[in-house]
Parts: sequence; C-alpha cells; structure tokens
Amino acid sequence: MNSTLELKNVSVAIEGCTILDSISFNLTEGAIGCLLGPSGCGKTTLLRTIAGFEQPFEGEVWISGIRASDKRHLVAIEQRQVGMVFQDFALFPHMTVKENIAFGLAGLSGRHRKQRIRELVDLLKMDDFLNKYPHRLSGGQQQRVALARAIASRPRVLLLDEPFASMDIGLREHLAREVREILKQDGITAVLVSHNQLEAFAMADVVGVINDGRLLQWDTAFNLYHRPGNAYIADFIGEGVFIPGTVIGEKSVETELGIISGSAPLAALPGSPVNVLIRPDDILHDDDSTMTAVVHKKAFRGAEFLYTLALDSGTQLLSLVPSHHNHPVNEAIGIRLEIDHLVVFPPEA
Amino acid sequence: MSTTASAMTTSQRRLPGRSPSKTVLFVLASLISLPLLVVVFSIFNPAPEIWRHLLDTVLSEYISNSIKLMLGVGLLSLILGIVPAWLTTMFRFPLSKQLEWALLLPLAMPAYIIAYTYTGVLDASGPIQTLIRDLTGWGFRDYWFPEIRSMGGAITMLAFVLYPYIYLITRAAFINQSVCSLEAARTLGCGPWKVFFRIALPLARPGIIVGLSLVLMETLADYGTVQYFGISAFTTGIFRTWFGLGNSAAAAQLSALLMIFVAVLVYVEYWSRQKQRYHHISTRFSSLVQKPLHGYQAVIATIVCSLPVIAGFIIPVCFQMYWALLTYVDVIDSAFLTQIWHSVLLAALAAVIATALALFMAYGKRHTASTFTRLAVNISGMGYAIPGTVIAVGVMLPLAWVDKMVDSYFRSHFDVSTGLILSGTLFALLFAYTVRFLAVSLKTVDAGLTKIKPSMEEAGRSLGLSEFRLLRKVHIPMMRGSLLAAFLLVFVDVLKELPATLILRPFNFNTLAIRAYELANEERLADAACPSLAIVLVGIIPVIYLSQSISKSRPGHEFNA
Amino acid sequence: MKLMKSKTPELLFSSLMIILVSITFSVTADESDKVINIYSERKEELIKPLLDRFSETTGIKVNMITAKGDALIKRLEIEGKNSPADILLTTDVARLYRAKSLELLQPIESDVIKAIVPANFRDTESTWFGLSLRARVIVYARDRVDPEDLSSYEALADPEWKGRVCVRSSSNAYNQSLVSSMIVHNGLEVTEDWAKGLVDNFARRPKGGDRDQIKAVAVGECDVALVNTYYLGGMLHSDIKAEKAAAEKVGLFWPNQSGRGAHFNVSGIGVTRSAVHVDAATRLIKFLLNDESQAWYAEANYEYPVKSGIPASATLQAWGDYKADPIKLDQLGQHNAEAVRLMDRAGWK
Repeated sequence: MNSTLELKNVSVAIEGCTILDSISFNLTEGAIGCLLGPSGCGKTTLLRTIAGFEQPFEGEVWISGIRASDKRHLVAIEQRQVGMVFQDFALFPHMTVKENIAFGLAGLSGRHRKQRIRELVDLLKMDDFLNKYPHRLSGGQQQRVALARAIASRPRVLLLDEPFASMDIGLREHLAREVREILKQDGITAVLVSHNQLEAFAMADVVGVINDGRLLQWDTAFNLYHRPGNAYIADFIGEGVFIPGTVIGEKSVETELGIISGSAPLAALPGSPVNVLIRPDDILHDDDSTMTAVVHKKAFRGAEFLYTLALDSGTQLLSLVPSHHNHPVNEAIGIRLEIDHLVVFPPEA
Repeated sequence: MSTTASAMTTSQRRLPGRSPSKTVLFVLASLISLPLLVVVFSIFNPAPEIWRHLLDTVLSEYISNSIKLMLGVGLLSLILGIVPAWLTTMFRFPLSKQLEWALLLPLAMPAYIIAYTYTGVLDASGPIQTLIRDLTGWGFRDYWFPEIRSMGGAITMLAFVLYPYIYLITRAAFINQSVCSLEAARTLGCGPWKVFFRIALPLARPGIIVGLSLVLMETLADYGTVQYFGISAFTTGIFRTWFGLGNSAAAAQLSALLMIFVAVLVYVEYWSRQKQRYHHISTRFSSLVQKPLHGYQAVIATIVCSLPVIAGFIIPVCFQMYWALLTYVDVIDSAFLTQIWHSVLLAALAAVIATALALFMAYGKRHTASTFTRLAVNISGMGYAIPGTVIAVGVMLPLAWVDKMVDSYFRSHFDVSTGLILSGTLFALLFAYTVRFLAVSLKTVDAGLTKIKPSMEEAGRSLGLSEFRLLRKVHIPMMRGSLLAAFLLVFVDVLKELPATLILRPFNFNTLAIRAYELANEERLADAACPSLAIVLVGIIPVIYLSQSISKSRPGHEFNA
Repeated sequence: MKLMKSKTPELLFSSLMIILVSITFSVTADESDKVINIYSERKEELIKPLLDRFSETTGIKVNMITAKGDALIKRLEIEGKNSPADILLTTDVARLYRAKSLELLQPIESDVIKAIVPANFRDTESTWFGLSLRARVIVYARDRVDPEDLSSYEALADPEWKGRVCVRSSSNAYNQSLVSSMIVHNGLEVTEDWAKGLVDNFARRPKGGDRDQIKAVAVGECDVALVNTYYLGGMLHSDIKAEKAAAEKVGLFWPNQSGRGAHFNVSGIGVTRSAVHVDAATRLIKFLLNDESQAWYAEANYEYPVKSGIPASATLQAWGDYKADPIKLDQLGQHNAEAVRLMDRAGWK
C-alpha cells in the first residue's frame, strides 16, 4: 500500500530549541494515526510540522508522494491539502455553520459545493443548526462543524489537535468512536494528537508514543500495551508495576511470584537482573490459590475493582477483579499469575 | 477558560518566517519612522550654549509643567471616560441611549477651539463675569472666579475633548466582557460596585491603557492650548527655542527628548500588557441585560453622563453658533465650501491610508519575528506625541533630499530641472498625517486583531487560503468594527489637524482648520466660529456612525445584522 | 502566496506613482512670468484682498501659502534652490533678518522702492523692505490711570506700577523686538534689570494675546498693558459688543515721546534667492507700496503705512501723532535671541 503520509528523520527547532528529534513514521491511505504523549512532549509541534506551520531543519515530510517539507522547501500551508481540526475549533464567528463549512470549498462549482455540504450535513447530522452562528452551538456541535469544515475539501491528510480536549470525559470516547466511524466511512487518512490513551485507542489504527521530542514506538494499540518497546512506554500506556527478577532461561524469569515464562525469547542473558512488567490483568483473583496478597487500596470501576495488593515483602501489585468480588481493605486474598506476554527490561542504572 | 494557556503559547509562535510581505512591511515601517528618526538624529548637531541656557532657566519648568499637564489630563479623562462608559453599558436610565453616542461628540472639537471658546466665555471680560459684576456692582478684584487660562484650565480643556478616546475604548471593552464573569462575581457575593472595581475594571485595563496612552500623547503634542493659556510646557519650549532663540537644532533636540520620554511611556504600556494578557476564549455569550435605574439613582446617572457632553460639546457649540450668527454673512462664501471639500478630502485620504497601513503593519507584526521590523513598527507608532510642526520638518527633510537627487539626476542627464516633486505636494501632507496619526489606527487595529485567535488564521491557511485572501475573508470582516473605528478616529483627527497642514500644504490650499486658526489667532473669535462649527459638524457624522457600530459589536450580535 | 509576492509591492508602487505624477503636474512651478508664489506669515485675511487687486491690475496670478514665519523659513531652507517660492512675507523684522542670515533672500535694487521705504525700515543690502508699521504702545484704563503718570517703556518697571501691568508671553515676536530695541538703546544689563522690574510689576502671569491684555485692562485686572495698536483698532470695530465696549474703556499712550520715540516693527517682504519670477516679485513690492495699498493697510488692519504722506484713516487719526524710534530695524533681528534669553532669565514667561 502507498504511504499517504511519511516522515523521514524529521527534526524541528523553535527559536533555536530542538523540539522534535529525528521522527520517522508512515501512514497508509485511510489509516488513522495518533500521536500520544504527555503535554509538552512535542506532539502538537509535530502536527504543525505536518501541516506546514513549522519547518523542519532536518528530514522530510512527504504527503501523497510529494515532498511537502524539508529544510529548504516548504509547500505553502494552503497548497498542502491538509485539513485541520483545532483544539478550540477556531470556527469563524462571523460566518454561519454553512458558511464555515463552505469556506474551503471555494474551488468547487455551486452545484458540487451544495452536494458536498449536503453529504457532510447528513454524515455529521447538522441539519438543526446549519444556519446558526458558532457561538449558539454546544461544544459537541461546534466540534462536528470544525470536523466538517476540515474534511469538506477531501484533504489528503486530516490533522486533529486534541479535538476532544474541551469535551467532558464521558463524551470523549463516544465522540472519538463517532469521528472514527466518519473518517473510515469517508476513507480519510488522519493524524490525531492526544494525551489521553483511551481516546487514542478508541480512534486510531496506529499509535505513536512521543516523549521529549522522540518517537519511542509506532505501533498498534495492542502491541503498545502488551509489547511495549521500553520501560517508559510500559509505564505510560496502561497500568502496571515492575517487579525485580532474574533471567534463568531463554524464555523464563524468576521473581518473588515464582518463575514466569513467556512465549518469545528474552533479550537478556541468563543470570542478569531484570524488571518484569506485571499488568493488572496478569494477576487473577483466585480464592483457591496458595499465593495471597493483602488488599492495600481499591478503586471501583463499575464492572471491575482495581485492587492494589501488597505481598509480604512489601512489593505492590495491581489486579483487575470482577466487581462482585468485593474485599475490604487489609483482607488477604488469593491471587494467580496468568501472563501471556512476558515483558522485561534491564533495571534502571 | 482551560484553553487559555495553549492559546497563549500558540500566539507566541509564528508562521514560518517566509511571510511574503515581510520586506514590504519593514520598508514601510522604516519610511514612516524616518521623519521621527530625522528628529532624533538632530542630537548629533550639538548646541551646547543653548542647552546651558535652557538648563539654567526654563527647562525644568517645561518638564514639570508637561508632567503636571499629563497627570491632570490623564486623571480627569479617566474619570470622564470610564464612569459614563460603565453606566451606559450596564444600566438603563433616562437619555442613556442618546448619551451612549453623544458622549463621543467632543471628539469632533479641536482643543484650541474649545480653549478659545471657553476663554471668551469665562474670561474676566466674558459674558459671565460681566454679568456678575453688573448684577452685584463689584469690581474685578472684589470676587473670586476660577481662572480659565491656568494649568487647571488647560487640563480641563484638554480632558473635555480627549476623554472620548478612553470612553470609546473602555466601553468597547465593557461590552465585550463576558457576562459570565460579571455574573459569576455577583453570585460570589460582589455588589455592583465591587464587580466594577474587582472584575470589570481590571478586565478592561488593557483597553483603558491604550485609551490613556492616546490621551497622554495628544496632550504632549498639544501646542495651541498651552500656548494660548501661557503655560510653559514642553511644546511651547520647542517652539520658543526655534522661533525665539532661532535655533532649530536645539528645538529638534528638545523634540528628540520628548520622543525618548514617549518611548519610555510606550514601553511601560507594552510591558504592562505583556504581564497580563486577556484572551477572551469563551465561545458562547449571553447577551448583557441592562438594569433599569429608578428614582434618584436614574437622575444621578443621567447627570453624571451628560456633564461631559454638555461641557465638552454643547456649551462650546452654543457659543460658536451665537458667534456664527453674527458673522456668517461675511465668512461663508465659495472659498468656504472649497475649504470644507479640502478638509473632507484630506481627512478621508489620510484615514484610508492610515487604516490600511495599520492593518498591514499590525497583521505583519503578528507574523514576523524580526526584531528590526517590530522595532520599526513600534517607532512608527510614536508620531502621535510629536507636535505637527516638528513632524512636518521631519517629513520635509527626506522628501527634499529625494527631490534634490532626482533633480540633479535629470539636470545632468537630460538638462531638465524637475524641481520639487514630493515637497509641497499633497503627498508630503498625507505622509505627515500618516506619521502623526498612525498610532491611533495602529492601536485600534491591534486591539481588533487580538480578537482573532491564531488558530483561526491557521484554520484559514489549512483550508487553502493564501495570506492575502485570509486577510480579506477572515480578518477584515471580523475586524470591521475596529477598522471602522480606526478610519473614523484618523478622519476626525486629520480634520482638526493644524500645524502640519499649515506648513506642508500646496499653494492656495486651505482647510477649515487653517481658516479657523487664522481667524482665532488674530483674536477674531466671532469670525472663527463658522469654520470651527463646520469642523465640528463634519466631524460629528463619523463620530455618530462610529458609536453606533460599537453598540452593534456586542458579542452575540449576529455579525450579518 | 506567490501571487502576493509579486503583485502587492508592484501595486503599491504603481498606485503611489500615479498619485505622485498627478499631484506633481498640478504643482510644478510655472516658469512664465504671469505667476508669482508667496510664502506668507501674514494671515490670508490680512493680505489676500491686496493680492487679488494685484492680480486684477497686472494679470499675474498669485499663489500663496500662509504659515508661521519660522516654519516658512525652514521650508525655504529645506527646499533650497528648488523652492517654488518667489516672495517671503513676514509680520515682523526678526523673521526677515533670519531669512537674510540664512541667505534665503536676494537683493532687489530699485531706487523707486528705496525712495518710498525709509532707510531704517529696510535692509541696508536691500534684501527686505518694510510694508506697514506696527507700533507697540501702552494702553491704560481711562477710569483709573492718569496718562500724565505714563512716560516710557522703561518707567513701567517703576515700583508705582507694582501689580498693575499686563503683557503677553515673551514668546511673542513684538515683545522680543521691543526688548531687542531696548538692548540696543540701553544695553544688556540695564534692560535685564528693567525686565526683572517689569516682571515684578505683572498683575498676572502672561497669557492670551494682545486683545486679552486690553480686555484685562478694561475689566480692571490690570491698569496698563503693552499692545500693538492694530489690535485695539480691531476691537473698536468688532462685531462683538463686549469687545467694543472693552476697547472704549482704554486709552492709547505713545511712550518715549520725549526720548527716542515709540517702538515700531514692520510687516515686510523679501524676494527669495530661489525666485524665478523676480520681475513679477519686484512689481508686487512696488504695488504693495503704492498709495492705494498703503492706505488699505490702515483701513483694513489699522496698521501705519510705511510710506509717508498717506492720509491716515479716522481710527489712526484719533490716536494722534507720534514719534517713532528711528532705530535700524535689522538691529532688532540681530538681538532677538539675546532678548529671548534675557526674558527667560528675568522670569518673563
């Protein structure tokens, strides 16, 4: 498949300060990628670099087989055919919803423009407020208008900068799924910036974790969770704890929870000390188990409890337990290990 | 308001440094700064003997009087401007709708005209004091009457005609304030007064400071009023050094000193805005409901808001009309109509140029990171504090230099003398107006530009608009109010402008202001009434229009309405 | 963006050129001798009627700009040899002197003119000529001051006038020329002492114009004032009743009649060095010196003719005969700056 968007070793500096360091990834046509990372990690700068608001001092940005940016060339923003949805939506307050959407359609004939607007209105269910001004709309409605405006002219790449940041949390995942549906329906290649992993997982096909200006891993959500490339990602994505252990074989580690074996060979030599990632779903509650741990804290999550458990040694573990197993704090409960993906990292220096 | 932080960081970032207009912007800003720099460079032409004399005798008085004047005019204008702005925005009381626009009327009144008029009325030989003496039989020394031609009088006169700048900008700020934050404050137990001082005033502060800086700059540049009132201020000092001591170099150096002073003021203003930046982010507004006032409260509100109008407009206009009735037969002729036409033509041309330049420069400044360009733009906004005559000289010098170059080129190559191409033309005059009044349009347009979030520009660009079309399709419609305000303020200012017009105009080119001045300066107040009234009348029309467009700019107002 | 790059400056430039060309053609100096260009410090109202008559009788078109004298001189200086001005008209001699010192005027050798203008009222080198005379006199309150008590300018500094004298600011050209004449006659030190004494005698801080001084005398704010006669004339013929009444309350006193005579300044004329219409300029000077014009000065503005033998108007006749200070007026110009500094030191605002 052709890459619609490809970044090759892109480095960007703002006011002399390097923000992005040698970023590479590509996105196939129709795929949705997400740049995930804590605030200040450079993900928004990366998005703006793709859009053409920033120029890399090294590396190249390719959009649909055209070199859009490198350190010497910069295809003008308005000629790149990228759509962008802004965090604050940036709707034009002096135009109605319809005028906002039609804004990027100046090149189309009247009939085609009408037709495209009709499509978008149907797609995004905007009939009720098509002739209103933006300040009359709810946040969700504004969001839909911003999206419609950005995809109206069928951009090669759609960029979304924290599009759900101003929504309430309950709405976020729902909207993220909705937007994903729409993008998939229209076959739009998109890059999303987020600091919220649930949002990222709900929407994206591929997720890139960025920290400190570096792209740490560009992978599916599943792999990021279960096969994190390094300790940072393991820590950043999902929940879990590290417990110390020693490599005893090609695929096995010995820990205070016993010997844990994985399906793939480990990168570490036998005998070397490692940290083993234990996810909450790796620890199952089993009343019959001989291994016990004391409930230290618990958080109700609807269908499940997230228990923080303490072993005798003081090591803490997390465990996700169906919520009908309601144990009080300080009670010792039986636990069982069930690790499909053994993830170990060398201990920190 | 959770997005404030990120809106700020993006606003500091700029589009990639290849704005096509950058060079043009730099050249334009430098051109406009040139006359001011010419003045500053006079420093390198020392006149130590004159300076010794000035330091020994009058300089300290010039400075202290100018500072007193600025403090007084600033304070009084703040009171006259802010209080009615708040009352007419928040409350409904008898005449409040009319006062809303009437409070702007003094803007159309030239300061020297109001000074001449009030002197004619309140002076010892004026009708009021004469009446007092006739009624009581007292002599001049038997009673106390406030002396109009004093520091206090000058402060009052200037404040009467300058407060509308503060009123205008503050009212716009009050109107644009989120009703939510005001209402939130009320629910937190703040009374209306507390809301005013704790919330509304601090929120409106950037606007108030812009208005105040315009007032102070205009005060510093005033010559007519202080000269007539016999107050040795900085401007009178400049002209005394030039005309009396015959030393134009030292006079230019005094002007340079004045500019340095203004530069400090401008920097302080800039600095104070840096510290606090209010981006209005909320995307939804509820419309402001004006609370009706009743009983004595309504009466007080009406009186408080009508006082500035009566003092700054109605009284002087009434006396002008009385005098005009005595003299109109002699004064109004075909030449008078030509003068009206010239005044309107110049004012309109200058206003178009200053507004267009301001838009271009404010927009460009926002998108360019070049320190030099920003500096040039900032310098070009300083001409407002410099007396028109000094600016005129600053304009003449470079223009004459260009003329000389062109002339000698044509002489040597074609044996033809081109004479003066730029000097003594309307071009020179319009150039001077631009230098003098760019500050007004620049500040107004700048304020309007902050309403456009950087993300909106980026959205426009990502939707396929070039920078130029973005300006046309997004900025200009969104800033219509500010652009209009800039146009009208410059229009009215040029209409009133005297000194630069006087010295730079082409042959046989008269305006209303020149006519009014020449007659008033010959101490023929009655004859000066007709042209003065004409200035006021021509100025009123845009002022009323301006006021109406501000009322409409209330958020939540449909933009197409 | 590309469009912008090429077209905006071009557009700007071409529109500027259009404006320039159109303005230039309307102002370029006319080389024919049927036109004359004047820079006038004299207000339009007070010279235009004469110039109109000049155009009528000679067919020479007169172009004029009025402004402050020093500003006009600066303009002449900056414009240099390209200046379109043929004539500089001023309202006092110090400006003429200054223009001459800056080498902006050229000599006009004409025996006719020399015969009309007395030698002390014209430049020795014939670069400027007085056209009308402006006398600075003492006005006094008829009801409170006995003219017998008045004698000279010098005597106004005597203690008996303490708190009784009104005079306008020392920025005024006529105060400067009066003090200059006193420096010439009495020397610097004596004059400075006199100025200090006069300042001591001020009834109020100097403010307003000469008419204001007359009004102040009329209402009793002060008893005597130094003013130019034509202001009193203007008030006596004012449309405003109060002005007329005030003027009628004061008497005019010719000072120093037993000594050197009253101080006179001139409104004058000079032909610029850049003048191309020298013949027309000379004709204008002669025209302004003919009997009719000279009488007009007295009729219209109550000034005294520079030419002897012109029958005085009724107003001037009523003020009686006088003896004028015979000082060479260029000496006033020489001492002008000195006079201003002296007044600064004396505290004359």
